Amino acid sequence: MNPDKLLELYLSMWRIRLVEEHIAELYPEKEIRCPVHLCIGQEAIAAGVCAVLRKDDCVMSGHRSHGHYLAKGGDLKRLLAEIYGKVTGCSRGKGGSMHLIDSEVGFMGSAPIVGSTIPIAVGVALGMSMQGHNGVGVSFFGEAATEEGVFAESLNFAALKSLPVIFVCENNLYSVYSPLKVRQPSARSICDIARAHGMEALKGDGNDFEFVMASAEEAVSRARRGMGPTLLEFSTYRWREHCGPNFDNQLGYRTEAEFLEWKDRCPIKRAENTLKALGIWTEQTVTAAQSAIRDELNAAVCFAKDSPFPEQDELMKHVFAKGT
Amino acid sequence: MDRQITYSQAINEGLMQCMESDPRVCLFGLGVPDPKGIFGTTLGLQEKFGERRVMDIPCSENALTGVAIGFALTGMRPVMTHQRVDFSLLALEQIVNQAANWHYMFGGKMNVPIVIRMLVGRGWGQGPQHSQNLHSWFAHIPGLKVVMPATPYDAKGLLISSIRDDNPVIFIEHRWLHGISGQVPENTFTVPIGSCRIAKQGNDITIVCTSYMLLESLRAANILAELGISAEVVDVRSVHPLDIQTILNSVAKTGRLLVADTAWITGGFGGEVVAQVAEKAIQNLKCAPRRIGLPDCPTPTSPALARHYYPLAVDICHVVCNVMKRAYSPVIIDDRNSHLDIPDSEFKGPF
Repeated sequence: MNPDKLLELYLSMWRIRLVEEHIAELYPEKEIRCPVHLCIGQEAIAAGVCAVLRKDDCVMSGHRSHGHYLAKGGDLKRLLAEIYGKVTGCSRGKGGSMHLIDSEVGFMGSAPIVGSTIPIAVGVALGMSMQGHNGVGVSFFGEAATEEGVFAESLNFAALKSLPVIFVCENNLYSVYSPLKVRQPSARSICDIARAHGMEALKGDGNDFEFVMASAEEAVSRARRGMGPTLLEFSTYRWREHCGPNFDNQLGYRTEAEFLEWKDRCPIKRAENTLKALGIWTEQTVTAAQSAIRDELNAAVCFAKDSPFPEQDELMKHVFAKGT
Repeated sequence: MDRQITYSQAINEGLMQCMESDPRVCLFGLGVPDPKGIFGTTLGLQEKFGERRVMDIPCSENALTGVAIGFALTGMRPVMTHQRVDFSLLALEQIVNQAANWHYMFGGKMNVPIVIRMLVGRGWGQGPQHSQNLHSWFAHIPGLKVVMPATPYDAKGLLISSIRDDNPVIFIEHRWLHGISGQVPENTFTVPIGSCRIAKQGNDITIVCTSYMLLESLRAANILAELGISAEVVDVRSVHPLDIQTILNSVAKTGRLLVADTAWITGGFGGEVVAQVAEKAIQNLKCAPRRIGLPDCPTPTSPALARHYYPLAVDICHVVCNVMKRAYSPVIIDDRNSHLDIPDSEFKGPF
């Protein structure tokens, strides 16, 4: 794989991690007054998939979407301003962390109802395809979304119409505190559900950035060539609590040992080792890039904190779109 | 200008003209291109515009509503059709959580121009899950527009307005209206969303009605005229946004208010009209406002029960006489046996 691309991908993951950790640090200040679902530990999937997309490809996501938004090129300042409830936020402070959008770069929206944006991404793919645009739609969702009826409905329609859409399932084993074993029969294969609809499906290590990128690249290429949808299931693990800045292993819904095992499989650490082994890693380049990202983040936090809140008249704006 | 066509033909013509003039308009719906063409409303459209623009769909109401939303986000203008309101309940998640909120929750960045046609069944044993009138639910949700045309003219004009609107519009058609005829211009025209229509002028009482209840209200107004009572009939047409001003103006003139709705009374649209009139102009009311609607029970299937379920012109007359402190009159004939579960005497079923 192209060394520059690998380094870029590494930095994309590192940037997501830095932003998420910084949000966790800022959260106790109580200026961020909305739920945040941090994706620390899962960065390789967002970064790896988005690395093979074009700007005009369209991505949709769920409640844990900061990583997808950033990896697709969503504006960092507007993300932070949004979670601070500021009018300069990507949704003018009306959506918060769970409703991110940057349509300029093809991030078409996130919504926290489990599975709900899956059919919308399929519809975006249908729209692009009907308009002769060879863009690809990507739907990011967790494994719990595959328990929703709308998941099966969406696979069915995407396969029926052979739509250019990639279903990306981030399997992090838990839906809030409910483990897989109370939700899905052990023999249930998410990939087999996709295959039963006649589409390609592949499962693998979602903390391996090279695997994520390679499998996404193949899926995107198939979609662009008119060969229909693909489902990719990536195993991964969320480090922090379901919602909020803390760790929650003490609650007892998962073991510390399991957490530590996954922490050892940190996607960023692994990428660092890979880059070093390939001789791509040069301390100077990486340090300079990281320093630039830190500066960007600090500026974005200042922007968010300094931005004005929406005025009262914003309350009743945008209930309806004007125009016919 | 005096051309008469049916309500179904008016919908068909509206769809045809919108699709001809705007390549972004596409139809989705189970059975949309089938041989019966949704009670005639979609006949001939697939032949003219092809399978891509007139799409039969899997029986997946929720996902396909999401697909329509995504499709609209790319600049297209889908028209979804549910053969019954009741079927659309499978899609409430997408309609309420997503379509209605989308423009607001993303700070006005995107909008969802979709029209969702829902048909209300009635009679011939449609029963509890083919005949529910749920417009007040949809009207309760900010971000949704809800229209219920009652005449062929309004069906075409409001449909064209709905398709051109940049927001999600719930377009409710009553099965007993599809067969009625009326004047409809051949050219493309619009009826603005959010405007009531005075269907009949009068001075003594304002009858505000929705959808099919317009027909019963007009029948009632004719009977009442024989009794020397002059009823003004206001066809709501658009449940949300609601043109309350036209209703207030009418009540200012008549001093009396009756709302005749196609739905259940409790928590319904009639209560909303009464509340708004009371809040804004209670001084204009000479007596307590009244509501007519369905009794608070599911729709029974047997015709023996359905005859006691649906309010008719005779019921409107009785309430009006009561409000006007007038004795009942023999001119008010209880026609409960004549058209209790079929739209007209020629009807042979099934729906």
